[in-house]
Amino acid sequence: MPMITFIRPDGGQRDLSVPEGTSLMQGATTQGLDGIVAECGGNAMCATCHVYVDEAWTERLPPLFEDEDALLEGTAAERRPTSRLSCQVIATADLDGLVVRLPDRQV
Amino acid sequence: MTAPPQASMSAASPGLPAALMNASGAPAVDVDPFSIEFFEDPHRIHEALREAGPVVWLPRWSVHAVARYEEVRAVLHDPATFCSGRGVGLSDFAKEKPWRPQSLILEADPPAHGRTRAVLNRVLSPAVMKTLREGFQAAAHRLVDRLLARREIDAVADLAEAFPLSVFPDAVGLRQDGREHLLPYAGLAFNAFGPPNALRQRALETAAPHVAWVMEQCRRENLAPGGFGAAIHAAADAGAITHDEAPLLVRSLLTAGLDTTVNSIGAAIYCLARFPEAWAALRADPSLARAAFEEAVRFESPVQTFFRTTTRPVEIGGARLDEGSKVLMFLGAANRDPRRWDEPDRYVPTRPTVGHVGFGSGIHMCVGQLLGRLEGEVMLAALAARVGAITITGPVVRRYNNTLRGLERLPVTLTAA
Repeated sequence: MPMITFIRPDGGQRDLSVPEGTSLMQGATTQGLDGIVAECGGNAMCATCHVYVDEAWTERLPPLFEDEDALLEGTAAERRPTSRLSCQVIATADLDGLVVRLPDRQV
Repeated sequence: MTAPPQASMSAASPGLPAALMNASGAPAVDVDPFSIEFFEDPHRIHEALREAGPVVWLPRWSVHAVARYEEVRAVLHDPATFCSGRGVGLSDFAKEKPWRPQSLILEADPPAHGRTRAVLNRVLSPAVMKTLREGFQAAAHRLVDRLLARREIDAVADLAEAFPLSVFPDAVGLRQDGREHLLPYAGLAFNAFGPPNALRQRALETAAPHVAWVMEQCRRENLAPGGFGAAIHAAADAGAITHDEAPLLVRSLLTAGLDTTVNSIGAAIYCLARFPEAWAALRADPSLARAAFEEAVRFESPVQTFFRTTTRPVEIGGARLDEGSKVLMFLGAANRDPRRWDEPDRYVPTRPTVGHVGFGSGIHMCVGQLLGRLEGEVMLAALAARVGAITITGPVVRRYNNTLRGLERLPVTLTAA
């Protein structure tokens, strides 16, 4: 099962096993990670599961789709080139070891 | 629509095992979820529906229904099998003419749905919400100050209705005159999703003046620049939708954007007045406001039900449904299904609510959910900042609607912090 590292703004980190085929958001919320709100439950409507993908990994993720790009314009924390919605990043074997950082706020 | 009873059906009482099955294999439960008895206390009947089976048959209206979380979610997430284009009420548009021109978004299926949905997604996006937040916050604080000066208020008319009415019509860009039509229009539209009972009949009989006003407001010349309505018409200029479609999409906002929020805010106030621990927690940490609102939407499920129609024969929960079967989804029952939620009958603002279906789920999930949350959050935050206690002081009166769950009156005293 791919292991994903979530780093909080204070530097603390948690490594979570996220089953292949499920989103990072699902993996995080079902394991009680604070800092991913996901108000819309993964329907790509709310932009409250925002993460910054570690630069070493950004090229290895599938590209942004149009709706995700538009939603990221409304994130509560600053949007950066590495911003993604974690409900749209699906865990795969290739992403084992992925590192993402949580923004300071989601709403 | 008549509901001829079939010989194979039971008349099981709520709480008792359903003795007989429908031909589909679903157990029959003889309850009327569109009755006064049900509106007054849906929870006991919800439990009976959940416990009777994953899919049940309601002989009263000749319709299948799902009340458990897993099946409700499954139906919501399979729009190809459980479509909306034949209406999301009991009436089947393949057999009956809709009472009004069909909605281009709520009552539409892919691929057509995706086009109109994309327009409203952009009009009501997180980025747009950011531009509204400050003004909504200020409006919430002004209202709370006025209400505190009065002390004795009806938390429905004076707060749950007054606040959305003070921000939503302006955000849409509506003219001042005639706004009193908005709530009656929404009330009748949500009643019309129900079966042909007295509520629906009365709604349709009294609809004409409200419908006429609403349709007039949907025209471009009646919508102020900068509002949601103008943004929808601009999408037609850009070619995303046609100019004929724009007014109907504005109508969707006017139907679904106000009464739902009124009932959600009302639900939150009613919860906070009944659960002192929750109110104390919110007072201690006003940043809980958004979560307290969300949990109220789960707990009360202001939108209780919607229907889908099967596009093919399908097996779900052990029952075999024919093509063209109406399926009633009990969102409120799913949101309190003990298979999914710990202590579902407790209002706990700190609980993880991710995945509740109070706003629906899947492609038709409430397109205005961010606006509803913003209104709810800023109102609860304003209350938490200025009000020390909300005390119920008189009889709480329920409002009856075939789809919406909410109150007619909630007399309370507000005590300043």
